[in-house]
Amino acid sequence: MENNPLHQQIATMRQSFLDEEILNDQFIQLESMATEDDPAFAEDTVSLYFQETTKIIATLEEEFVKDPIDYNALEKCLHDFKGLCVSIGASKVLIEVNKARACCDNGNIEGGKAALEKVKVEQETLKAKLDSYFQLVKQS
Amino acid sequence: MNLNNDKGSMSTASSSVTVSDQFPAGLRVLVVDDDPTCLRILEKMLGTCLYEVTKCNRAEIALDMLRTNKNGYDIVISDVHMPDMDGFKLLEQVGLEMDLPVIMMSADDSKQVVMKGVTHGACDYLIKPVRIEALKNIWQHVVRKRKNEWKDLEQSGSVEEGDRQPKPSEEADYSSSANEGNWRTSKRRKDEEEEIEERDDTSTLKKPRVVWSVELHQQFVSAVNQLGIDKAVPKKILELMNVPGLTRENVASHLQKYRLYLRRLSGVSPHQGNSFISSHSQEPPYGSLSSLSGLDFQTLAATGQIPAQSLATLQAAGLARSAAKPGLPMPLVDQRNIFSFDNQKLRFGEGQPQHMSSGKQMNLLHGIPTTMDSKQLVNLHHSAQSLGSLNMQASAHGNPSGQSSPLLMQMAQPQSRGQILTETSGGQVPRLPTSVGHPILSNGAAGAMLAINGIGENSRGTGYNSVSQTSSVLNFPLNHSAELPGNSFPLGSTPGISAGMSTLTTKGGFQEEINSDIKGSGGFMPSYDIFNDLQQHKPHNWELQNVGFAFDASQHSNSLQASVDVTPSVLVNQGYSSSQRNVQNSNVSAMGKPIFSVGEGSEHGIALNVGQHLNSLLVDNSTRVKSERVTDTSCQPTLLPQHFGQEDLMSAILKQQQDGLGPAENDFEFDGYSLDNIPV
Repeated sequence: MENNPLHQQIATMRQSFLDEEILNDQFIQLESMATEDDPAFAEDTVSLYFQETTKIIATLEEEFVKDPIDYNALEKCLHDFKGLCVSIGASKVLIEVNKARACCDNGNIEGGKAALEKVKVEQETLKAKLDSYFQLVKQS
Repeated sequence: MNLNNDKGSMSTASSSVTVSDQFPAGLRVLVVDDDPTCLRILEKMLGTCLYEVTKCNRAEIALDMLRTNKNGYDIVISDVHMPDMDGFKLLEQVGLEMDLPVIMMSADDSKQVVMKGVTHGACDYLIKPVRIEALKNIWQHVVRKRKNEWKDLEQSGSVEEGDRQPKPSEEADYSSSANEGNWRTSKRRKDEEEEIEERDDTSTLKKPRVVWSVELHQQFVSAVNQLGIDKAVPKKILELMNVPGLTRENVASHLQKYRLYLRRLSGVSPHQGNSFISSHSQEPPYGSLSSLSGLDFQTLAATGQIPAQSLATLQAAGLARSAAKPGLPMPLVDQRNIFSFDNQKLRFGEGQPQHMSSGKQMNLLHGIPTTMDSKQLVNLHHSAQSLGSLNMQASAHGNPSGQSSPLLMQMAQPQSRGQILTETSGGQVPRLPTSVGHPILSNGAAGAMLAINGIGENSRGTGYNSVSQTSSVLNFPLNHSAELPGNSFPLGSTPGISAGMSTLTTKGGFQEEINSDIKGSGGFMPSYDIFNDLQQHKPHNWELQNVGFAFDASQHSNSLQASVDVTPSVLVNQGYSSSQRNVQNSNVSAMGKPIFSVGEGSEHGIALNVGQHLNSLLVDNSTRVKSERVTDTSCQPTLLPQHFGQEDLMSAILKQQQDGLGPAENDFEFDGYSLDNIPV
């Protein structure tokens, strides 16, 4: 297969991520860290990201329905979520996570819940895009 | 840091610690974060920087790893928020126990959190996502810390510019700085010109420090005796001593140490020692050593050059010990002295290889309460990076000998005195060939000495001596039976070294010998030898060597890595006897290795490391270096009066022993002080 078109496609996709601010430079850094013995470093890290964030989202959902609300637990979860986002450069997800954090800091649980929903949406979008992206990368 | 990893670097102990050419490649980084993506990324980035990375996702586990492998890491990078432990708490613990530079990181960039990092002592704070550029330069924190530790040591008196870290070889570094004292220099010249000169050459920092050489200490003690211990005031002592360049303050601080030492001797396990031991001995018996070492260092440092009065030295060591607070990182001033002792001590070791093996040393050590606890070790480490670290490290690591305070320990062991005397004298005293002016003097001392002198120098065999010394010293403390208060000196003649050494030695070699009493120190006997050997070499070498040994010893324990690897077996009598001889000149490398490693790895920052490459950037272990030395020097408390100013002390001590013991073949300087004199 022609590599050129494929590479072109990949490059375009990557660029679109950046343009849409779904991902930021951190992601590019991850890709640059690939080595010969670890060519899928970025992909593996992204997988790890989704693994962890899925757990956190589940925990958050539990926490949000607790009575009384454990704000510390919420804050800790959201903080961890933030850390994961910055690790791979998931900027859009991060924005939503930060909104959720702000709500929780203000004691706005409903706002926090709503923000969490947005986070989930962004997560899904990101996951779908990256899945197809990495598919292309694997082919190349 | 390659230093650490590269044991081979130690081999060059004699010549100079070779720092890895690829520095900072090989820097050993421990990364702690519960976020697996971050861990992964950091691991990758650090690997790109050619660092050696260890990942850990739990703070408690990280602490365990750091504790068990004290000299195994150069720097720690930790996340702030972790489930099992607050990152700041980890930061504090690491700073206290291992004194490693810690970098905090977090996705949180709020000012408060960053400020918290600063106030808790983080050497840097990184905001996630961490860029590789930020990681590339983290080695600076390691170097800076070591440098500061060296400086501390220097201030304490013994260590010269420890900055030599990158250059392991600078044995002279330590010694020169340590020997800043003008009078010392002159004294030194008398005994061991080369050492001093070497040191001077190498050390860029020449700080005027009073090195209490054996001769000087002898003068001091005789002045005190003349006046009467009760009436001995610094001013009068100063007048009586009539040493140009010596200040009343010098005398005052030395007197204080001396008093403490005497008190310790009389009390045989003075509370201090005991307390040290108990408080500090985090580790079993060895722990005590460490505390001692801390103290010892002070004493040693202070007494640095006890002129031919091994006892004096011991006493000083004892004093130092008492003075040294467990938590204190050997007073800088003292440290210097210790170093000087090292030189002396080192010598000692050389001369008395036999002794060490005889296990007699053990007795000596037994007496010496090695209360150096890890804390002390740490402290020592800090202060005497080179010296202290040696001992401390050694002890910290758990060297039974608690070497850090070997010096003290030795002194503290009044009881053992008699024993030691015999022992040492039997084997070592007469032996001290040349430089080993310092009788094994407190292992710690030796260690310290090593650190002081050798750090750069190592080349000399002194390093070894110190090692042995330390071992001997350590032994003492272990038993804390104060076996040889006076004797301890011989053992601890290498004040600094001994300490370091003991730690080292105890670990391995001494154990065998000393097993009897010394809990941990068993291995120290070798240290004496080391000293003997070392004595022959220039005091400078010792320091390094000792350091190396010290470190190695600790290595055994864990921290010292690399170079020092003094592997007790080697150091301890077994190795020493043979190694000692060798050590002196060339072997140093073997023995010296440890020293170097100390420098390298150890955080010890001990001067020794300087040359060496302290494996752990001294953080841990500067003692590492020492440790090796110590062990090697077959702790023979041979008083090597000659070469090292400090060695003089050692030699003095040894001499004392000899005197007391009988066959004083060696030309120890202090004739008057036989161990008997040492108030037990």
